[in-house]
Amino acid sequence: MLFLSIALMYACSKNETELLPTQVDITFTVPANFPAPTYNFENNKLTNAGFALGRKLFYEARLSADKSISCGSCHQQFAAFANLDHKVSHGVNNCQGKRNSPPLFNLAWQKGYFWDGGVKNIETVPLNAIGDVCEMSTDIQSIITFLKNTPPYPNLFKQAFGATEINSQLVLKSFAQFTAVLVSGNAKYDQVSRKENGATFTPGEQAGYLLFKEKCSSCHKEPFFTDFSYRSNGLDLTSTDEGRAHITGVETDMGTFRVPTLRNIEYTGPYMHDGRFYSLDEVLEHYNSGVEPAENLDPLLKNGIALSATEQKQIKLFLITLTDHDFIKNTLYSEQ
Amino acid sequence: MKKSHYLIAIFCSIIFISSCKKNEDAIATDTKGQFSIEFEHQVNGTALALNTTTYKNAKNEDFKISVFKYYVSNIKLSKADGTSVLLPESYFLIDESKSDSKLITLQDVPTGDYTKIEYTIGVDYARNFAGAQTGALDPINGMFWTWNSGYIFVKIEGSSPLSTAVDHALTFHIGGVTDPNNTIRKFSADINTANPLRVRADSKPKMHFIVNAANLFTGTTDVSFATTNFTMGGDKSVIVADNYAKGMFRLDHIHN
Repeated sequence: MLFLSIALMYACSKNETELLPTQVDITFTVPANFPAPTYNFENNKLTNAGFALGRKLFYEARLSADKSISCGSCHQQFAAFANLDHKVSHGVNNCQGKRNSPPLFNLAWQKGYFWDGGVKNIETVPLNAIGDVCEMSTDIQSIITFLKNTPPYPNLFKQAFGATEINSQLVLKSFAQFTAVLVSGNAKYDQVSRKENGATFTPGEQAGYLLFKEKCSSCHKEPFFTDFSYRSNGLDLTSTDEGRAHITGVETDMGTFRVPTLRNIEYTGPYMHDGRFYSLDEVLEHYNSGVEPAENLDPLLKNGIALSATEQKQIKLFLITLTDHDFIKNTLYSEQ
Repeated sequence: MKKSHYLIAIFCSIIFISSCKKNEDAIATDTKGQFSIEFEHQVNGTALALNTTTYKNAKNEDFKISVFKYYVSNIKLSKADGTSVLLPESYFLIDESKSDSKLITLQDVPTGDYTKIEYTIGVDYARNFAGAQTGALDPINGMFWTWNSGYIFVKIEGSSPLSTAVDHALTFHIGGVTDPNNTIRKFSADINTANPLRVRADSKPKMHFIVNAANLFTGTTDVSFATTNFTMGGDKSVIVADNYAKGMFRLDHIHN
């Protein structure tokens, strides 16, 4: 095993095993080809009960204003916790949000969350979706009241935190025990780069990887396939969404967005902050021929990225090696 | 109870000794006391009354106030000899609508005669991004921005006939910790050396501050509600922060 377990958990108690049918202890594992994470559970001790509670809350639709939307509604595991076939998030009362629901994994390494990086700590991420009128349209106080009055939550909080009182901090910490544990680092690409199980690229994948390194990796940097920066890739001459500038108020950030990870890209479409592209072909063709000279266009994209039909095909073959089937099918992360 | 206080005292002393500069060691002491601070809210000399009274800003524009709340944090006391102590975990949310919140008590303060008090109006940079918090910093208090995370340091809401916003509303949510729109401001007040803040094990001195809410709108830049009636961080928040940093708080007197 090349996985390094940095947080071995204690054996679970009787009550906890009821939540986790198998005898699996939840661990936060850092793949050998990943650096140290930003969030390391230092102030939020990971436990089986805390993880199980966080997972239950993640899939709890009754937290939303009309009891119809859970986190899992727009973050579906089979889509690597993005939202299949939805351009933008679809919240309570059929409200359409502004931006495409991003996939959720490797969040413990991320420095800013959401397309504009407006949230800087994983623990406070849920507050945004909870309060957004086009997402869950509620507030943390209503959620606390619901959890206090709805079995089995009071017991679950007691098991997870030893606490008789449910407060916002415990709700948010349990969410983080689930979301920060979502690590995707076992794609074919990872196995090849770790020289694991004799995995090798096919000639087409290998050609795609070389092209990728030459043409894409300055922004989609390994091993996360993003450098976590904010850039404009010239989707429109004038962006209708202010992007990062909404957070910083800085003119040069107008129309820039967080460079998205390409891990599990096979399943996380539609693509871009507004979900405008339904296929990877459209995305690659955008870079080949569609980059607009937007005001804050990233200098690296000044002339687009010339990609022949063969090159696009090869890059696509490589991108599909970034799919982590173990992650997408891991039942520990599924609604129970 | 006594035993736990004793343990806290030891713990604080250890932290203090290990983290402070040499010249501050002098006040690391084994005796502790407490003091309180009362924040009296006014508008230009008269007691603040929410929703009912009409006030005038520096531009002679009428306005009413419906919400007035703000953070005071990182309280630091200094002695005449230059030594100082930063009171750990001192985060307070003062809210006009909650009278209890306007009287805060600081426990486990090293005894001594203090001649200067400093605090942050708002919340220090680190705590804005430190994850889920409790107490005064709990997001249920409505002082945390969820979409651009960080605390609202000072919140004043109300109305003015001059405001062009819906229902003539005034919405001033001041916060933000990054340049060019950093609104973290510090306030300090010198204490008359003839009557310093005397923290003793067996007494409960009280500091009394006058807080003039009208000072959000004057001091450095006079704000007109016709043009500025809404801010949630950004350059207009900086203007307001510069105003309140200058004149909103005034140390009125101390009861030793």
